[in-house]
Amino acid sequence: MTPFAKLNSPTELDALKRKAISAIQGCATRVLVCGGTGCMANGGPAVLDALQKALEKHEVPVRADIMREEDEDAITIGYSGCPGYCQVGPIVRILPADYFYVQVKPEDADDIVTQTVMNGKPVDRLLFKDENNSYAKRDDLPFYKDQVNVVLADCGVIEPGDIRDYIARDGYRALAEALFGLTPEAVVAEVTESGLRGRGGAGFSTGRKWGFTQVVQSAKKYVVCNADEGDPGAFMDESIMEGNPHALLEGMAIAGYAIGADEGYIYVRAEYPLAISRLRTAISQAEQAGLLGDRILGGPFSFHIHIKEGAGAFVCGEETALISSIEGQRGMPRPKPPFPANSGLWGKPTVVNNVETFANVSKIILNGAEWFRSFGIERSPGTKVFALTGDVVNTGLIEVPMGTTLGDVVFKIGGGIRTGRPFKAVQIGGPSGACLTEEHLDLPLDYDSLKSVGAMVGSGGLVVMDDSTCMVEIARFFMSFTQKESCGKCVLCREGTKRMLDILTRIVSGKGKVEDISLLEELALTVRDGSLCGLGKSAPNPVISTLKHFRDEYLAHIVDGVCPAGECESFKAYSIVSEKCKGCGLCAKKCPVNAISGELKSPYVIDATLCTRCGVCAEVCKFDAVVLS
Amino acid sequence: MAQSAVLPEKGSKARRHFSRIQQIIEEYGATESALIPILQKVQDEYRYLPEEILTFVATALDLPPATVYGVATFYAQFSLEPKGKHIIKCCDGTACHVRKNQTIINAINQRLGLAPDKKTTDDHRFTFEIVSCIGACALAPAVVIDGHVYGQTTAQAMVEAIDKIEEADKAEDAQ
Ligand SMILES: Cc1cc2nc3c(=O)[nH]c(=O)nc-3n(C[C@H](O)[C@H](O)[C@H](O)COP(=O)(O)O)c2cc1C
Ligand code: FES
Repeated sequence: MTPFAKLNSPTELDALKRKAISAIQGCATRVLVCGGTGCMANGGPAVLDALQKALEKHEVPVRADIMREEDEDAITIGYSGCPGYCQVGPIVRILPADYFYVQVKPEDADDIVTQTVMNGKPVDRLLFKDENNSYAKRDDLPFYKDQVNVVLADCGVIEPGDIRDYIARDGYRALAEALFGLTPEAVVAEVTESGLRGRGGAGFSTGRKWGFTQVVQSAKKYVVCNADEGDPGAFMDESIMEGNPHALLEGMAIAGYAIGADEGYIYVRAEYPLAISRLRTAISQAEQAGLLGDRILGGPFSFHIHIKEGAGAFVCGEETALISSIEGQRGMPRPKPPFPANSGLWGKPTVVNNVETFANVSKIILNGAEWFRSFGIERSPGTKVFALTGDVVNTGLIEVPMGTTLGDVVFKIGGGIRTGRPFKAVQIGGPSGACLTEEHLDLPLDYDSLKSVGAMVGSGGLVVMDDSTCMVEIARFFMSFTQKESCGKCVLCREGTKRMLDILTRIVSGKGKVEDISLLEELALTVRDGSLCGLGKSAPNPVISTLKHFRDEYLAHIVDGVCPAGECESFKAYSIVSEKCKGCGLCAKKCPVNAISGELKSPYVIDATLCTRCGVCAEVCKFDAVVLS
Repeated sequence: MAQSAVLPEKGSKARRHFSRIQQIIEEYGATESALIPILQKVQDEYRYLPEEILTFVATALDLPPATVYGVATFYAQFSLEPKGKHIIKCCDGTACHVRKNQTIINAINQRLGLAPDKKTTDDHRFTFEIVSCIGACALAPAVVIDGHVYGQTTAQAMVEAIDKIEEADKAEDAQ
C-alpha cells in the first residue's frame, strides 16, 4: 500500500476527501468480496482469487490503488467488511450498480466478469431469490428491508484496508470538526444530548460517563475500548472492527479530546485475529495520514492508540477486570467505587466504552444529537446491532432502531424458524441474559423494556431456539460457562455457580429431586445479590428466567422422567428396530452389562432396565438397527 | 538485569532458548504490563509455556515467579503442557451449541482417541480444545483447524479434514 501523505489541516482532509470521492466515483466498477470472518471461512478468498484471475484473463484493467485515475476504465477489486447476511455468503457486491451476489463460488467468477463487469448486466443465478422474487439490489432483500443502518452503514461498502475509502464517506470529518470547531465541553454536551447509551451491556449514558472523567483533574487520562466481546454467540463488535475499523478509531480519538486523554487502548479478544490485523493496518494508516498520533491535523491535540490482545477470559469483559488485564495482571475485577472515571488504568481517570458505542460517536458529532434521536425511542435513541443466530432462517448481523419488536426481528428479518418446527424462545444477552418466549414477541427491544421483563440488551446476541432445544439444558450450558469463567475471587460466585451447575447437571441426567427447584431458586438469588462483580450478579439470570418461563420443563425432567424437547441424552433409550435387525448377535456379545438378548437370525431386544446407555451396541451394529430415541 | 544468575551454560541448547526469550522481552520491554504479550509470544514459538521459561521471565521482569505463574494459569489461552502440532478448536458458544455441535465434538474426540481430560494425542500431532465463540456464529457450528475456520460443518467433514492432515503429515515425515 502506498504511504499516505500527512494531512496538516482540516482543509487538507477536505481536499483529500474530494479527491477520493472523484477517484472512487469515477471508477467504472468496484468489485467487493466480503472479507468478514464468516465469508472468509466460507470460501471468500478463493472467490477473490478467481475473480482476479478472470479479470486478468479478459484483460480488464484493474487499479493497483483505488485512487489511481490514469486509466478511466480500470476497476477496483478488494475485500469489504461484512454486509451482515452471513447465511448466504460468500457475498460479492458490485458498485455502483449495486448488484448483490450470494453464495458465490470460484466457478462464477468468469460470468461475473464477462456479464457484469464488462457489460453491466446482472448474473441472474447469483441474485438472492425467494419463492416469488429475485432481488438485484441489497436494499430490496427481505433481510434488509426493515433494517436501518447507522453503525453498519459503511460496513460492506468500503474497503477497510484503505483509509481513503473511509475518508471519501466523511471519515474523520467529525474528528476535524470537534478538534477545530468544538470545545471538549461541547463534545460531551452533544453526546449527552444525543442520549447515546453504552452498547456493551449496562446501557449507561455515554455523555455522562465522559463528563465524569472530563471534570477530574489529572495530567494523564486514558480512553479504553472494550472489544472483548465475550458473549458466545455475539459478533457485532468483531464485524465493526473488521469492516470499518476507522469508525472505532475516530470515536476513540473524539473521546480522548473530550475528556483530555492522549492515549487509548483497544482490548481485543485473541479469538479475533482478522479484526486485530485490520485494526493494526487502520492505526498505521491513520498515523501516516496525521489523523492519529502527534499533533492531529496539525493542531495541538495528540492521541495514540495501542492494541492489547486478550488471552481468553470472559471476566475480562468486565471493565475493572479488563483494566487489570491491560496492566499485565490476572483479570480480576476490583470493587467499585472507585469507578474508572476516577481511578482506572494505572490509577488514572479512564473512560471505558464498547466498540459499537464508539462507532456511533462520529455520526452524532457530524449529524447532531437531534438527528440521532430521530432513530429509536425516547429513552433508548439510536439503533442497535444484533447478532441473529440459532434456528432462524436468516442468520447474520442486523441493525434496527431501538424499540423494534422481538417478533419483527425473528419473523420479518430473521424469516422465522429454519427447521419448520415451532418457535420456542430467544436467548438474549448471553450468559448474563435471559430467555424471551412467545409472550414477548411484541416486546420492544430496548434497555428499559427488556429490563422490565428481567432480561437485558447485553451485548446484543440473539439466539433463536425451536422446540427441540431443552431449556434446562440451556440453563446448564450457560451455568457451566460462567462457572468455568468465574475468576474465583468471591466465594458466592465461585462456589454458588458450582453448586447450581451440579444441580442442573443432576436434573438433565435424570437424577433430579423435587427439592432441587427451590434449592436452585435460593442459590440463584443469593449469588445474584452477593457477588462482587457483574459476572456473578448476572450468572443466575438464565436459571431464573428459565425457571420462570419453563418450570414445567424442569418438572418433566424430575417428576415424569422425560425431556420434552427430546434433547437430553439421559432420557433417551436405545432400542433395536426389528425390521433392520438381521439377528447377528454382535450387539449382545459386546454389551458390557448383558442387557441385550435374543436368538441368532431373529431380531434382538434391549432390556431398558439393565441398559446403561453406553452406546456400544449402536456403534458395533453394521445394519444401523440400534437407534436412540 | 538480574537474570544472568539463571542463565544456563554458555553454548548449550538451553542457553540458545533463553537468548531468544531475552530477545522477546527486549522487544516488548521488561515491564509488568508487557507480561501477557511476552507470554503470548513465547507460547507462539514453543506452543506452550515451559516452566523454566516462566521463572526466567519472572526474573527478567523483576516479578515474583508466583505472579507470573498466576497470570499463566489464569488465562485460558496459556498452556503449561506441550500442545500438538495441529490445533483443533471446536466452538461451543451458544449459537454453535443450539445447532447441536455435540456430535462434532464426540466425533473428533473419538477419531483422535481423546477425552475432555485428555486434550493432546500421544504422538503430539493434535490438540483438541473446546472454545467459546470464534465469531463465526452465523455459520454455526464452527470449528477452527490451524487457524482455518470451517463454518456450518459436520462430524464427517471434520473427520475427513483430520484424515487429510494426518496423511499429509505422514507423507512429509516419510521424506
Ligand atoms: C462479566 C461481564 C462481561 C462483560 N463483557 C463485556 C464485553 O464483552 N464487551 C463490552 O463492551 N462490555 C462488557 N461488559 C460491560 C463492561 O463492564 C462495561 O460496562 C462496558 O464496557 C462499558 O461500555 P459501554 O458504556 O460503552 O457499554 C461486561 C460486564 C460483565 C460484568
Ligand atoms: S457461537 Fe460458535 S462461533 Fe460464535
